[in-house]
Amino acid sequence: MSDLIDQARAAAAFISDQTHEQHLDRLLWMMRTRRDEAARRVPEWEQLRDLASAIKEHTLSNLAHYLEMFESRAMANGVTVHWAVDAHAHNQIVYEILSERKVDLLVKSKSMLTEECETRSFLANRSIRVVETDLGERIQQLDDEPPSHIVGPSWHKTEQDVANVFARAYGSDKNNTDPVYLAGVMRRNTRPLIEEARAGMTGANFAVAETGAIVTVTNEGNADLSANTPEVRICSVGIEKIVPNNEHLAVFIRLLTRSATGNAITQYTSHFREPREGGEMHIILVDNGRSQRLGMEKFWSSLKCIRCAACMNTCPVYRRSGGLSYGSTYMGPIGIIMMPTFDVRRYSELPFSSTLNGSCTNVCPVKIDIHEQIYAWREVMEEKHQIQLVKKEAMIVASKVLSNPTLYRIAARAAEPSLNILPRIAIYNRLNAWGRHRDIPQPAREIFHDWYQKNRSSAVGKEAEQ
Amino acid sequence: MQVALMIPCYIDVFYPEVGIATLELLEKLKVDVAYPFDQTCCGQPMANSGCFEESRATEELFIKNFSDFEYIVTPSGSCTHHVRHKFTAVPDSPERRKVSASVYDLVEFLHDILKVSAFPWARFEHKVALHTSCSAIRGLGLASMSERVHDPKFSKPQNLLEQVPGIQFANFERPDECCGFGGSFSVTEEAVAAEMGYDKVGFIQNTGAEYVVSSDMSCLMHLEGCAKRLGTGLKFLHIAEILNGATQ
Amino acid sequence: MSVDHAIMQMAIRTSILKNVRDNQPSLRELPEVPKFHSEKPVDLKALFIASLKELAGEVVTEPPADFDKFLKDRFPDAKTICSAVPEYAGNSRPEDFTRWSDASRIDVTIVRSPMGVAETGSVLLSEEEFRVNTIGFLAHDIVILLDPADIVENIHDAYSHPHFEQKAYSLLMTGPSGSADIGGITVHPAQGVMTLTVIFWPRAKTDVRSQSETA
Repeated sequence: MSDLIDQARAAAAFISDQTHEQHLDRLLWMMRTRRDEAARRVPEWEQLRDLASAIKEHTLSNLAHYLEMFESRAMANGVTVHWAVDAHAHNQIVYEILSERKVDLLVKSKSMLTEECETRSFLANRSIRVVETDLGERIQQLDDEPPSHIVGPSWHKTEQDVANVFARAYGSDKNNTDPVYLAGVMRRNTRPLIEEARAGMTGANFAVAETGAIVTVTNEGNADLSANTPEVRICSVGIEKIVPNNEHLAVFIRLLTRSATGNAITQYTSHFREPREGGEMHIILVDNGRSQRLGMEKFWSSLKCIRCAACMNTCPVYRRSGGLSYGSTYMGPIGIIMMPTFDVRRYSELPFSSTLNGSCTNVCPVKIDIHEQIYAWREVMEEKHQIQLVKKEAMIVASKVLSNPTLYRIAARAAEPSLNILPRIAIYNRLNAWGRHRDIPQPAREIFHDWYQKNRSSAVGKEAEQ
Repeated sequence: MQVALMIPCYIDVFYPEVGIATLELLEKLKVDVAYPFDQTCCGQPMANSGCFEESRATEELFIKNFSDFEYIVTPSGSCTHHVRHKFTAVPDSPERRKVSASVYDLVEFLHDILKVSAFPWARFEHKVALHTSCSAIRGLGLASMSERVHDPKFSKPQNLLEQVPGIQFANFERPDECCGFGGSFSVTEEAVAAEMGYDKVGFIQNTGAEYVVSSDMSCLMHLEGCAKRLGTGLKFLHIAEILNGATQ
Repeated sequence: MSVDHAIMQMAIRTSILKNVRDNQPSLRELPEVPKFHSEKPVDLKALFIASLKELAGEVVTEPPADFDKFLKDRFPDAKTICSAVPEYAGNSRPEDFTRWSDASRIDVTIVRSPMGVAETGSVLLSEEEFRVNTIGFLAHDIVILLDPADIVENIHDAYSHPHFEQKAYSLLMTGPSGSADIGGITVHPAQGVMTLTVIFWPRAKTDVRSQSETA
């Protein structure tokens, strides 16, 4: 039994720190704006979205075939392919590869899958040092915090926060908050480790079935460094990352970075087909609940996700709550529809951390109907009795009142300034929650029903009053 | 043409003047308006909480009250969106389909059905910030959305207001970012809802607008609560009130 | 790995594939992907230059008359120049770095790319051009020779290049390494090269690899 995540409470705490809340909101809105500008410069943008969605839906509907194709091509290329049914199995395979080769230092580049599997702590408990080479992931690792965003793991931190982390970890200058200086601190401290390491680990943005290649998309080059410098290279790939061939890959490459940060492409778009000369390459294909999600009629299309985080950048709730408030590997809109498949109880309230405004659905490059799935999850939670008893009771009362015209009018007329009766129908919590940050609307002297009865219903067809 | 008027529950209780303005406006436009007296609510509060079972009886009552009409008009984008796209608690039937196909938001009805091109009784000499709800934009298509950058820009509520002499429109930042109401969200996540509302009020204030106008009273209820708490002098009106001739 | 492990893996593989097959939704069509070429003629060189500039890379539009001087002016502190191209000797070749991590000694890497992409300002590189891949990352700066006739219009064109099907490692490199992880503004460098310069340098007529092979 896992602890229920109370996203609302965590969000309230985040907002009370106005410096950080404003910092994050402005930063991510800038990313959203940059995404809009990038989309404007591609006249065929909506057509690309349609193609991306169709390619992914086709692939997922034929996934077993493409997985087998991928595996056989990769093996023909000299790559060792492993299969892992869940997070633990994945971690165990990684550990065995490393321990057999007596590796005690692993450099890795960003992989949300390895966050999902909690690979780092698994290895650390077995005396294998893991160094994150992605700047944002490294900052979070040094600060012992999970990533707060899937593209910019440390975007919730100000420059000063980062300077503080590096000062503690590396003895650098706490008062120098220049990002160029800080990036230099990272480079100086990480390069030697990359050169020393005998094993590197990456994730994969895409896996191309026809060529058996995996594709990484990074700005820093750390995936290329982690993959090329050491002799042993491990790549963790969720089974949903498959695309049929390079012609289809092109569509995603054109959409991904523009959706994420507004640049046309990242600095390094890398395709790994074979082990490097004198090296070995392992690919671990990971299920961890994906095959099951594939069978969920309303939710399987969430597997189309290409991890661009455009939904997080546009989400007005995420921007004001901070990614850590979701208590989950994947956050924001996509997190809400994915996380319940990992733990339906722990994440049962996440579908309510949304106003259902629909912005996410309209920026998603693969056209996942995110806000519709959030709505659908609410019903699932209710069916599975995951909704709080208080709320359920309020809804039952509401239903009795609202389905009975006479009862309704009595309740409506009796509405008090404390909003005792009617808005309880719309909202289940203690009513003074509304009033914490807002003034409360005053009920009118006469409800519309009664005004109508007095002024109109005895005079059907009469001319309008002056 | 006969129209059935649907007045959302929160307008019935808190903002009956919006219901009155809607009715008077339709009458001025020579529409024969019926008001099924036994109406209550569209069922959205329960459905949005995932409690579909609990919304069924309310939806059944709605269908009973409104299935005889060719046009159902309501001054609410969110209620219209719910009835048109989310009326699924009640089993499928010809009456349910008819009701979903016959419901219109007031702005849609004026713009697309009546095609009103003038409001001769109206005048509004003020600077106005027009807020269009997420249900209206992304649910009903009453205005273009900023996410779809290649769509031609349009706004039906703005087209209507442009027929009212004297109105000046204020351009505020992030015009189609959600205001934070979101139904029960406004209470279950009140800190985030309020922060979203505060931000929007702030963007609007920066333009010097005097009034905030919308075709959704739920958004305005929330924004007004935020604006008053912040001590701004912003005033709030439903679009029906301006089109009906309110001067302030 | 052991025989036991291999047997376990067979069972796991079978079980995962079975779950996937059982759960796959009904088959959806695979769409055709157009090339999306611009209807109006495109100045590929100009577009390439502008695109690369947005990602902090620079283009030199003519081969320098005195390449040695060009490098000394641009990289005055550079001592180790690793050249992978016949156009310049440098003082080291990729093969000198038998331990791939030793490439961190390199100040400037010079390499030729067989293809540029105008849409993004990217250049294609692989183990064929690098010979030792790490010379492209561990070096301080990189200079890339690109025949402007090898510039294609967009990413759809780019993926027709045979490297993607034939090479162990192919890379679309676009500008110097950077990171936007601190505050969302991109700074250079991150882990890779500090600067990236492309020189429009037509292939020598004696170059065995012709244009048609890269089409």
